[in-house]
Amino acid sequence: MDRRADMHKRERRRYVIGYGGSLLLTLVVFAVAYQFGIETRGVYLTIGLLGLAQLVLQLVYFLHIDRRRSSREDLDLILFSTLVLLIIIGGTVWVLGNLAIRMHMM
Amino acid sequence: MKRAPRHSYPGINLGEDHASAHKATEVVTFGFWVFLMSDLVYFGLMFAIYITMIDAQAGGPGPHELFDLKSIFAQTLILLTSSLTVGLAMLALKYNLPRARVVFWFGVTLALGLSFLALEIRDFMNMAEQGGVPQRSGFLSAFYGLVPLHGLHVASGCLWLIVLGIQLKVFGLTDLLMSRMVRLALFWHFLDLIWIGIITIVYFGGLAYG
Repeated sequence: MDRRADMHKRERRRYVIGYGGSLLLTLVVFAVAYQFGIETRGVYLTIGLLGLAQLVLQLVYFLHIDRRRSSREDLDLILFSTLVLLIIIGGTVWVLGNLAIRMHMM
Repeated sequence: MKRAPRHSYPGINLGEDHASAHKATEVVTFGFWVFLMSDLVYFGLMFAIYITMIDAQAGGPGPHELFDLKSIFAQTLILLTSSLTVGLAMLALKYNLPRARVVFWFGVTLALGLSFLALEIRDFMNMAEQGGVPQRSGFLSAFYGLVPLHGLHVASGCLWLIVLGIQLKVFGLTDLLMSRMVRLALFWHFLDLIWIGIITIVYFGGLAYG
């Protein structure tokens, strides 16, 4: 029974770490945007990277996806979907951005 | 630190207190992941459309006039906190804590989900008042195609929570119900992941490039 209480505590701590980390990243993102103004290119890059970090943090601490063997199937599924997503988004932005430039819309 | 014990499938699970429910949940949980990922591709399409439409404002109101960052900040905190409470509800379920605790955390999650929706709808109404309606420009069409789609997901999550509450009262804590709760928790965490994409690309991206 003691072992189970211990496990419970440890798992709860994972959620709290995930929450605390996400909260911190969110606060930093909004503080950076507020402090430096969003129009600067470097600022937007920073915000994007912090967003990505929060995605990974929540996948690990809330959804418990990691590189353990038992997680491989889910991880494979997520990675494949991410690949599809990158092709869709990257391809769309590339093709239509190119079109916009050639049509002198930008 | 010791490693978490291995389970037969990864992610949110029911643990050894509910061995039979846990086993029954394995396949459907993986299936639910497949659904979530196809939903992700759908969201990805809407994101792609939004990115290409950022400049298509047709002289209508743009991100700087329409977006209310304070409200977005509040919505972000609410949704993030609800992601924690749904996790705590899962832990209460997994470790056989008193049922009142499970109901409490799911109740908090529902309340947070509803307040998120209330803030979001208020934002849309403010936008519409300033002429930010879907038919005004390509940018606004793309915006209303994406953000309310996420809101619709949150609304269906809330409805799902209510239905689960009723089922819990009528049938008690059956294996089937616990398996449904696992999927709800997955769905809810997933919605917070999408929201991170929305604040980064729709709101900050719109302000940076729109």
